[in-house]
Amino acid sequence: MLTKRIIPCLDVKDNRVVKGVNFLNLRDAGDPVELGARYSDTGADELVFLDITATIRSRETIVELAEKVAEKVFIPFTVGGGIQTVEQIDKLLRSGAEKVSVNTAAVENPKLLTEAAQRFGNQCIVLAIDARQSKKQPAKWQVCIKAGTEPTALDVVEWAVKAEKLGAGEILLTSMDADGTKAGYDNELNKAVTDAVNIPVIASGGAGTLEHLYDAIVDGGADAVLMASITHFGNYTITQMKEYLAGRGIAVNL
Amino acid sequence: MIVVIDYNVGNVKSVCNAFRHIGCDAKLSCEPADIESAAGLVLPGVAAFGYAVNSLGVMASLIKKATSAGKPLLGICVGYQMLFEKSSEYGPHNGLGLVRGDVVPVPPGRVIPHMGWNKVNLPEDMELFAGLGKEKHFYFAHSFYADVKDGHAKVAYTDYGFALPASVQKGRIYGTQFHPEKSGQTGLKILRNFAEICENGN
Repeated sequence: MLTKRIIPCLDVKDNRVVKGVNFLNLRDAGDPVELGARYSDTGADELVFLDITATIRSRETIVELAEKVAEKVFIPFTVGGGIQTVEQIDKLLRSGAEKVSVNTAAVENPKLLTEAAQRFGNQCIVLAIDARQSKKQPAKWQVCIKAGTEPTALDVVEWAVKAEKLGAGEILLTSMDADGTKAGYDNELNKAVTDAVNIPVIASGGAGTLEHLYDAIVDGGADAVLMASITHFGNYTITQMKEYLAGRGIAVNL
Repeated sequence: MIVVIDYNVGNVKSVCNAFRHIGCDAKLSCEPADIESAAGLVLPGVAAFGYAVNSLGVMASLIKKATSAGKPLLGICVGYQMLFEKSSEYGPHNGLGLVRGDVVPVPPGRVIPHMGWNKVNLPEDMELFAGLGKEKHFYFAHSFYADVKDGHAKVAYTDYGFALPASVQKGRIYGTQFHPEKSGQTGLKILRNFAEICENGN
């Protein structure tokens, strides 16, 4: 039976892991390669590295980072942040990343998903969606781009469904409202998306307790849960998370 | 020396990194002379099937020649799928035809791609799994799978709502649908076992 995945997320800025609240107020959490290797050794199922500066220069350093990580980490890792072209995806996959996540570029140029999937297979193309709850309709979410700074007219569920058809192989779904708050995942959002698509969905944003992980899987229907604050700052180890989930009947790779 | 075949697709470097990590001498190469003199070959692959087969080009005949001479070959993910006769991913494509069977879509009714860590039942008589016990989790990431139809192949399965072939062994041809280079310590053990198979045969 396929297990549910625990995925620590490493937001990288100037070669350091940082973590903020609602995408702001960044706090230093260490060296990305060291932290990645430590997670790999202590039972993480996968890692996500997001370059949150995403400038032209940082796109080169993220390739170097992927190379360094790949020398020490023998579990899958996804790299994202500012990726715009099939050539950049190719470079990152060659440097050792298992998957690449795209966000803004896929909104602006949806064909990118198709071109990338036809060349690399859809299993390595992750669509990252930054979702913000609509102020007018509570059961609707708006897609935001450019690291959450720019709202679009796209509806999250409609975009997820369209992206799956175009070639996305997985969705990394971040609730901007919940991100960094430790108040729990937005499981209405998670449920709305997991019900609508057939590709795996990684729930992201808001993990604060072990129960939150369980809720994202059971109530939100998530295939994987992503977290940063609660694990970087030592609240819970990966093993504690997995033991808790296993104790409540969730299949995990312990 | 083990030669990891370099044919312009993703993850070749990860496989080399993993061999290096376990202290094994692996060379990334597409040179016919290296393929001919190798103790064993690894055919990795993160790519769509058609793209991978086209990128392999003339190396396909070198690989076939090497395996018919008894050289160990390990195919990983798309490299494993290419061991079979044909695939229907983004149109029909022929594989290497070393193991009988077709690469077909994972049937609907479940989340696709099959992505993450799944438990594989490990038959005792499959050499790649020596020392790993009866079952272990490995990392999978694929939307197509090989429907193995070869009476001479040993097969290990995982459960994804149906018995999904996770690994084959036919003579000295080995393949894994999962990624040993991304399956932590358990995966590294498989690469170590393959390295031993290569050493013992030459």
